[in-house]
Amino acid sequence: MSQMVNIIVTVNGEKRHVSVTPGLSVLNMLRDNLDLTGAKLVCGEGECGACTVIVDGVSVNSCLMYAVELDGREVTTVEGLQSSEKLDPVQQAFVDKGAIQCGYCTPGMVMQTTHLLSKNGKPNDEEIRRGLEGNVCRCTGYTKIIEAVNQAAEG
Amino acid sequence: MSEAIEKTTLIGKSITKPDAPDKSNGRTRYINDMVLPRMLIGKIKRSDRAHAKVLSIDTSKAAAVPGIQAIVTADDTPMVGVGVTKDNPPLKKDIVLSMRDELVAVAGETEEAVDKALALIEIEYEDLPAIFDPAEALEEGAHQMHDDKPGNLSLGYQTVHGDIKQAEKDSDHVLDEVYDVHYVTHVCMGPGCVIADFDTHGKLTMYTQTQYPYNYKMDLAPSLGMHPGDIRVIQPPVGGAFGSKLDVYPFEPIAVFLAKKTRRPVKVIFSREEEFSASPTRQPARFHIRAGVKNDGTLTFRDVDALLNNGSHTSWGATTPFVMMRTFTGHFRVPDVEFRSRAAYTNMPYAGSFRGYGNVQATYVTATVMDKLAEAVNMDPISFRLMNAQKAGEITPQNSKLEECLLGECIETVAEKTNFLEQYNAFKAEQDSPGRYKKGIGIATSFHNAGGAKIHKSDGCGTVIMLDDYARATVITGASEIGQGIDAVLTQIVAEELGIPTENITLVNNDSAIGPWDVGVHASRTTFIAGNSAKRAARKARDQILDAAAQRSNVAADDLDLRGGSVVQNDNGVPVMKIDSLLRKMHFAGEDAELVITHDYYEPPSEPEGDNHVGDISAAYSHGAYVAEVTVDTWTGVVKLNKMTAVQDVGRVVNKLGIEGQMEGGIAFGIGYGLTEEMIIEGGEIKNPNFRDYKVMTAPEAPELEFHFIENDDPDGPFGAKGIAELPTIIPAPAIANAVYNAIGIRFNNPPLTPEKVARAIVDKQAAKVAAE
Ligand code: FES
Ligand code: FES
Repeated sequence: MSQMVNIIVTVNGEKRHVSVTPGLSVLNMLRDNLDLTGAKLVCGEGECGACTVIVDGVSVNSCLMYAVELDGREVTTVEGLQSSEKLDPVQQAFVDKGAIQCGYCTPGMVMQTTHLLSKNGKPNDEEIRRGLEGNVCRCTGYTKIIEAVNQAAEG
Repeated sequence: MSEAIEKTTLIGKSITKPDAPDKSNGRTRYINDMVLPRMLIGKIKRSDRAHAKVLSIDTSKAAAVPGIQAIVTADDTPMVGVGVTKDNPPLKKDIVLSMRDELVAVAGETEEAVDKALALIEIEYEDLPAIFDPAEALEEGAHQMHDDKPGNLSLGYQTVHGDIKQAEKDSDHVLDEVYDVHYVTHVCMGPGCVIADFDTHGKLTMYTQTQYPYNYKMDLAPSLGMHPGDIRVIQPPVGGAFGSKLDVYPFEPIAVFLAKKTRRPVKVIFSREEEFSASPTRQPARFHIRAGVKNDGTLTFRDVDALLNNGSHTSWGATTPFVMMRTFTGHFRVPDVEFRSRAAYTNMPYAGSFRGYGNVQATYVTATVMDKLAEAVNMDPISFRLMNAQKAGEITPQNSKLEECLLGECIETVAEKTNFLEQYNAFKAEQDSPGRYKKGIGIATSFHNAGGAKIHKSDGCGTVIMLDDYARATVITGASEIGQGIDAVLTQIVAEELGIPTENITLVNNDSAIGPWDVGVHASRTTFIAGNSAKRAARKARDQILDAAAQRSNVAADDLDLRGGSVVQNDNGVPVMKIDSLLRKMHFAGEDAELVITHDYYEPPSEPEGDNHVGDISAAYSHGAYVAEVTVDTWTGVVKLNKMTAVQDVGRVVNKLGIEGQMEGGIAFGIGYGLTEEMIIEGGEIKNPNFRDYKVMTAPEAPELEFHFIENDDPDGPFGAKGIAELPTIIPAPAIANAVYNAIGIRFNNPPLTPEKVARAIVDKQAAKVAAE
C-alpha cells in the first residue's frame, strides 16, 4: 500500500479532511472518497473535459490533477453550484435550451461555462466556442450548448 | 363554476427533458457511478495478437494478488456464443481471432488489485497468418476462421429486380466506380459498463446500458446457460448509445461469470482505450457500383456489389445491407436494380449497429453517384434529382409503399433556401482560377424508415398508464431512454391526451420486471411506435374518465374534453369538474369503485421481408434534402463546413426542442463521418484509441445550421409524427463531398475528407495538369 497523505480541502464550501494516496487524481478523490459523482471519468487524459471542476477559481481537468495538490485549496464541483433549491443559472440555461441529451458531458460543460463566464461575463460566439473547445459532447452537436451559455450570460 | 379553459395543444411545442435538471447538477446516478454493497470490480485480459493459437494461460501469479476474488477463463463457461449469429463465445478458447478477443476475466476488491493481476497473467501464443482484407479472406485456400463458416463467408444478402442487362443496353452513360467506406465508432461519452448481481434464488439482475432490454434477456441467457425469465434488466441512465448497445457483447456475460463465481455483484467498466478498441464500430464496406442514365436524365439501372469486412465475429454490422439495399433500390426511381453483399470474416474488429445503420454508407455512394450522373448528362444536381425523385403513391422495388413522399418538396425547398444553383454555378466557374480558398455547395438527399422496421417477429411497444387520486399519471413504457429524449415526447403525448400538466407525469422505463415489451431503441422507431402505444393507452384512460364524468354530469361524454386538469365542455371550455376529484369519486364509489389503469400494445401496420427482401417493412418513410456549404483551403486541404441547411420531412413535430436536438446531434455524427473521424487499424490493432487521434467534433467546428421541417401529418404516426433520429446522420458526408467537388473539382470515393487526403489530391491534380500541358 502506498503511503497515505492527509489533506484538508474545501469542497463546495465545506472543509474536508481526506486521506489520499500520492497517485490519486482529484477526480477519483471526488468520486470515490467523497461520493461526488457529478464529474465524470471519460478519457482520463485531459482530452474531453467531462471531469472539469473549479479549483481556486480556475477550471481544471480533475483527471489530470493529483489530490495531494489540493491541500489548503478550494474546489467547486457541479454539485456545489446551487445556492438554494433552485438550479444555478448556468444549470438552468442548459435545461431550458435543451443542451442536455445523455448528459454525460453536462457537469463538465456547466463547470467550464461557469469558469468562462466568471472571466468574461459577455462572451461573443467565438469566445464561447473557444472557451468550450476542451469539452466534448457527442450528443448535441453543440448548438444548444452555445445557446445555453448565451442565456446564462444574459441571465 | 370557474372560468372557461381554452383548447391549447402541447404538440409542436418545446418541452425540456424531464431528466435534465438532475443531469445538470450532478444528481443523476449513471450506471458508471453506481456502487452496490460488496461489489467487486471486474476486468478483462484480451488477446494482443490478431490471430493466434493460445498455447497456455497461467493465472497463478494473478490469483496470488491480494484482493483478487475470482479468475475465469473459457473453461469455466458454457462456451455458447453471443451476437447476431452466436459466433462469439464470451471468453475464447484455444484460438484468438482478433486483438479484442477476451481470454481471461478477473474480479477483485479494487481496480488497482485487478490491474495488477491482469498484468501478471501469462499467455503463450503461436501466431497464425492473419487476414485483414475481406477479399483475401474469400480467396480460395484462405485460412478458415470459424469451423462452421466455409470460405469465411459470414452473411450475404441479395435482392434482384427487373433486367439490369437490358437496362444497361438502354443507357447512354454507365458509371462504374468503387467506393471504400471506413471504420468509425460511436465514442459514447459514458464508457461501457455493466453490473451483474445474483439474488439468493439464483435470479440475475443485470444493470446494463442496453438499448433493447427485452430481447437482451433472450440473447444473453444461452451464453450463461440460464432461462431468460430468470434475468431482470435494469437500465440506469447511460452516457450515450447511438446503436452501440443493441446487442449482447462479451463483457456482459463475463460480468455474470464473475458474479456467479464470487456470489457478489461485479461491475465491469471499460477504459477509454477499451471503449475505442472493444466496442463495435460502424460497418466498413467496399462498394462496386455500376449505374446507368439516359441522355434525357432518366436513371436506368443500378448494380451494386458490397464487400463487408465482418471482422472476427458477427454483430449487427454484418446485417447493415438490410438497410443499404433499401437505399440502392429506393429513393430515386430505378426499376432495374440489383444488390449483392457478402461479409467476410477477417482478423479485424467487428461492427455493430450505429445510428443510420447501413444508410450512412450507402447514401455516401448514391448521393455522390447522383451528382456524377447529372454531370454525365449535363444536368444540374437539382433538376436531375427532381426529375428522378420518387413521388407519393409510388412503390419501391422492395415494396416500400410511399403513401407520402415529400422528397421533391424537400429538394425544391432546400435549393430555394440556399440559392443553390446560382451559388453552384458561380463556384464551379471559380474552380480553376487562382486563389487559396475555394468555396463549394453540395446537396444530398436521404430515404429511411420512419415508422419502425419489422426485422423481429414484433416491432411493437407496450404502455401502461395509471392515474392516482391526485390526477398524477404514471406512464410505464417499454421504450428505453438513452439520451434521445423519448421521455419528453411520451410525457407530452400523454399530457396532451389527458389534459394534465407534463409535471404531473412520471415516466417509468428502466426495469424489465415492470415495463411491458418493446423491441428496443433502433430504426428511428421510438417516437412512432412507443408514441402510438402511449397515445392509445392515454386515449383509453381519457375515455374512461370522460365516461365517468358524463355519468356524473348532464353532459354527454362526446361533448366533454380534458383541459388544464379539468373536465370541460367541449364547445365553450367551461369546467364541469376537476379531474382529480372525479378520480377520487370513481375510486371511492363503493361497489362501483374503479381505478384508471389502462394499457396498450401497439404493433405497427408493416410487414416483414419475404423472398428477395421484398416487404413493406415500415409503417412510414421519410426523406430529407440537405445542402452543405464549404470552404476548401487548397494549401492545407482543410475543408471547413460553413453551413448546413436541412429540409426534413418529419410528419409532425412533437417536441420542437427534442427534434432540433436530434437533428443537430445527428448532423454532427454525419460531419464526423465525412471529415474527421476514422479508426486507424494496422495489423488488426487500433492505433488511435483516444480523443487526441480520433477526432470528434468540438464546439469551434460546429457549423451554422438552418432547419426547415416539412410537416404533413403521417396517417399512422402519433399526432402525425414520424421518427427521424437517424436521418440527419445519413446525409452530411455526401453533401460535403459534393460541395468539395463543386469547390475544387475532385471526387473522393473514400471518406473521410481529411486535410492530408484532400491536400494530396489537390497536388496530384495539379501535377497531372502540368504533365498534360
Ligand atoms: S476525463 Fe478528464 S479530460 Fe476526459
Ligand atoms: S449530452 Fe451526451 S455527451 Fe453531451
